[in-house]
Amino acid sequence: MQQEVLLAMLAKEPSAGYQLRARLDRALGSLGEAINAGHVYVQLGRLEKAGLVARREGTGTPDGPDRRVYELTSAGQERVIEWLGEVSWPRPDLAEFHLKLIAAATARIADPLSIIDGQRQELLRRLRDAQRAAMAEPARSDAWLLLEGIVLRLQADLRWLEACEGTWTERKGER
Amino acid sequence: MNQSDGPVVRARGLRKYYGSGEGLVRAVDGIDLDVIRGETVAVMGPSGCGKSTLLHLLGGLDRPTAGELWLAGQRIDEMSERALAQLRRSDIGFVFQAFQLMDELTVLENVELPALLAGRSPRAARRRAAELLGQVGLTQRTAHLPTALSGGQRQRVAIARALANDPAIVFADEPTGNLDSVATTELLRLFDALHTGGLTLVIVTHDERVAATADRLIAMRDGAFVGGTRLTGGTTGSLSRLAGLDG
Repeated sequence: MQQEVLLAMLAKEPSAGYQLRARLDRALGSLGEAINAGHVYVQLGRLEKAGLVARREGTGTPDGPDRRVYELTSAGQERVIEWLGEVSWPRPDLAEFHLKLIAAATARIADPLSIIDGQRQELLRRLRDAQRAAMAEPARSDAWLLLEGIVLRLQADLRWLEACEGTWTERKGER
Repeated sequence: MNQSDGPVVRARGLRKYYGSGEGLVRAVDGIDLDVIRGETVAVMGPSGCGKSTLLHLLGGLDRPTAGELWLAGQRIDEMSERALAQLRRSDIGFVFQAFQLMDELTVLENVELPALLAGRSPRAARRRAAELLGQVGLTQRTAHLPTALSGGQRQRVAIARALANDPAIVFADEPTGNLDSVATTELLRLFDALHTGGLTLVIVTHDERVAATADRLIAMRDGAFVGGTRLTGGTTGSLSRLAGLDG
């Protein structure tokens, strides 16, 4: 999991580790079980060292480990905004994009629909490149077949973006 | 506006409503569009968004409820039925999802028909049809009936037919809707060659790969355009990365 995901989840409000973990569980459903429980704390430790989050004592039970509350530093805040605007799809990392939309909407720092739009334009450009490359190869040749695989995967990604757009458009209407 | 330098299609405030009162459907609801000569424009949207209705309006197959529409420099929304039929025959080509070839005519006869209807001599019509069938790679199939051809081949016959009168513009409605991967690639390759030859083309589609090969992509929802993209810019990633070929 990208460390920026945790940063973005902190953008709404300072939170304890277990709260972040609960947010991830809600966002990922049963897929969240794949994330090791200790992983969140390891990542928070790294982010703290990097100066992107700051830790302070919370108001919870005095002895509990979870009374530590993490908040974004201004460098962390900047990094989150940068990450939300980044368009990248080197390999389909669906969970990262999914969490980006959730974090953007929860913290109200970016519009999920404009993030979706940026991603779609990028995927369409890649689809164009892949399609043109496929057109340049003889039909049913080996090279065509590999490019066809890229074309079909990009198409699947674009259809998922359509589903994202539909869902986030409705949620926007409800707010 | 002169035919040679204005846009091939110019629409302003184009609307098409069906029904009335509670049952009023705004199939096309205020479209502005300019298509310049030699451009390929794709209109994309979910089924029911009004894209096919829009194509029928632009091609003069249906009349708008309101708005102004020019085709090849002529105002067509208020043109007489007779003049519009004439313009459709001479200046507009259509390609449909279901091909719409005449099954009892041979491939060659299908392609020469529009030229004959437009009053060209049988010899000129036949010569042009044979030339176009060569261009779409079907020289060996001219004497076949459409039913003896694959879907991809039939669609290429339909494209040759659409070009029979050297139209100012071709409108294609879901041209790959009934085609498999290989036939889709071949059709896109043909469109690309025609584009290089200067063809003006408007395609409505829900096939992302068709849309991605256009010069300009317009998204349509609920009868209106919601965004446009030029797809000619560069990308941030390389195809080899997408194929998993980098370390």
